[in-house]
Amino acid sequence: MAQVALAGLTKSWAGLNAVDNVSFTVPEGQLVALLGPSGCGKSTTLRLIAGLEEPSAGTVSIAGRDVTRLAPSERRISMVFQSYALFPHLTVGENIIFGLKVRKVARAERDARLKKVADIVELSRYLDRKPAQLSGGQRQRVALARAIIAEQPVCLMDEPLSNLDAQLRHEMRVEIRSLQQRLGMTMVYVTHDQTEAMTMADIVILMRNGRIEQAGPPAALYAAPQTSFVASFIGAPAMNLVREGKITLGVRPEHVRLGDAPADAVHRRGAVTSVEYMGADTIVSLASEGGRIAARLPGASDIRVGDELTAYWAMSAQSRFDAAGQRIG
Amino acid sequence: MTGTRNSIHAWLLVLPACVLLATFTHVPIVTTFIHSLYSTPRPRRPSRFVGLDNYEAMLADPIFWKALGNNAVYALTSVPISIAIALIMALFVNGKLRGKGFVRLAYFTPTVLPMIAVANIWLFFYNPQYGLVDQLLRPFGITGVNWLGSQSTALWCLIVVAVWKEAGFFMIFYLAALQNISPDLREAAAIEGASRWTFFWRITFPLLMPTTLFVLVNAVINAFRLVDHIFVMTGGGPDNSTSVLLFHLYTVGFKFFDQAYAATLTIVLLLILALIAIGQFLLADKRVHYQ
Repeated sequence: MAQVALAGLTKSWAGLNAVDNVSFTVPEGQLVALLGPSGCGKSTTLRLIAGLEEPSAGTVSIAGRDVTRLAPSERRISMVFQSYALFPHLTVGENIIFGLKVRKVARAERDARLKKVADIVELSRYLDRKPAQLSGGQRQRVALARAIIAEQPVCLMDEPLSNLDAQLRHEMRVEIRSLQQRLGMTMVYVTHDQTEAMTMADIVILMRNGRIEQAGPPAALYAAPQTSFVASFIGAPAMNLVREGKITLGVRPEHVRLGDAPADAVHRRGAVTSVEYMGADTIVSLASEGGRIAARLPGASDIRVGDELTAYWAMSAQSRFDAAGQRIG
Repeated sequence: MTGTRNSIHAWLLVLPACVLLATFTHVPIVTTFIHSLYSTPRPRRPSRFVGLDNYEAMLADPIFWKALGNNAVYALTSVPISIAIALIMALFVNGKLRGKGFVRLAYFTPTVLPMIAVANIWLFFYNPQYGLVDQLLRPFGITGVNWLGSQSTALWCLIVVAVWKEAGFFMIFYLAALQNISPDLREAAAIEGASRWTFFWRITFPLLMPTTLFVLVNAVINAFRLVDHIFVMTGGGPDNSTSVLLFHLYTVGFKFFDQAYAATLTIVLLLILALIAIGQFLLADKRVHYQ
């Protein structure tokens, strides 16, 4: 059963559609990532699900119930904010049980749940501290604990890791995903970081200008982008887009080879503009007639900037987009 | 030797502030205290040491007790009321509101006006024949009340003026503090199901405690310090019913020219203010969360 279902959801401000006719469903126990550049409407979509904004049109259903006109507290959701939204004057423990207190959960049950959740997020030793005395990662855990202890069927996350450094971000990514799977949470996760979306999500929804550009499992978005925007957004470096008359060819850097092209391969000639050594591989970029082409080569490379080379790839490895950026065939 | 040089340097830098503070604050307090132990010099009787005689005279002075009592009533009512109104106004203009810039300005206007001008405006409001208060109450059959001329109402009239004058000023501090509270907190609480009432008492009010303490200290000091409107509106009367400590002090010092007694009253006023301020900080410090 779909835990979260959006149908024709639209939010406009002063005639501009921040969210434009968005529909998708989140199956129970799955993690759906809303991905996109800033201003694409992903955060607004999340806030519409939470009930923090009122939609101009469309409906939101959670656990089979139409909640479009309900207050946030009646939607049976929990939420983790980008800023964590911890109450600075309350201790970690008080922050975590704030919702239980408000909902008048009995003291004994409150304490039992707090103990359990504090163990899960490894905060048992810090329950008496104030948020200001914690590190960024620990604050993030408090916010997480507050969402877990609510035991709501749906958890919403608004860029929860964007205030952490790279190392911690990686750890928390793994941790949130394993928590989500262990506790069977249904999660909608907003991020602008494609690595987070690709590594954590069961389904990635890529948004642009308030609309869904493509929705599907991470591998589908990577292997078969439906539009040239998806192609250029996902992957680091992104898919090469090479003009060929009215259409555009798309090919992943790892499918590009350098050297003498076999007869049945697509090939382009150009001068090397940059060589980036990344350790396990090297990204070599050429300036060809149809546009820049990056190739991912294993290990180090002795290619130098300025070398004239031919880049080629198998016909089967390429995607094709029409003039409007839509995938053909 | 850089240590010594550094400390000489530091003391030189602090010197101007020290000199100014000492000249205009500390030395006057000490000399006032010394004056309070001597009699007032008269043309034929020079000043002489009288010990605590002035303090004994003060304790026997019924007008002192009247003024102290008035001041207590004045502070205990005008301070909480003006703080409460300031907080309510700040919450009101912090929300989504059409024309809130205008409302904020309107609330703040009394602060900008000099107290003498405020007193003149209210003098008109309270006029028994054509005053605004009289006109508003006339439909209810209440008219011709001499608000400022009657012992039972005069002090309350002055309290109303003080609240009207002060609340807008304190509102500015509350408004600034409210704008520092992240809107995420409200949303997080809303998702947990906290009502506006719960959110205010559990989150907003505790987070405003540093501001409340600051405002409280200032309000109490002002309750002892602001007497301009008393001069204009009642002159301390009728029958000392609106005389407060500072007003009494002025009368003694500059109308009766009893400098020794005025010095005695000054020391007592300072002691009262110091005790209140220290008490407020000691009491409140444990309960205030500073970010």
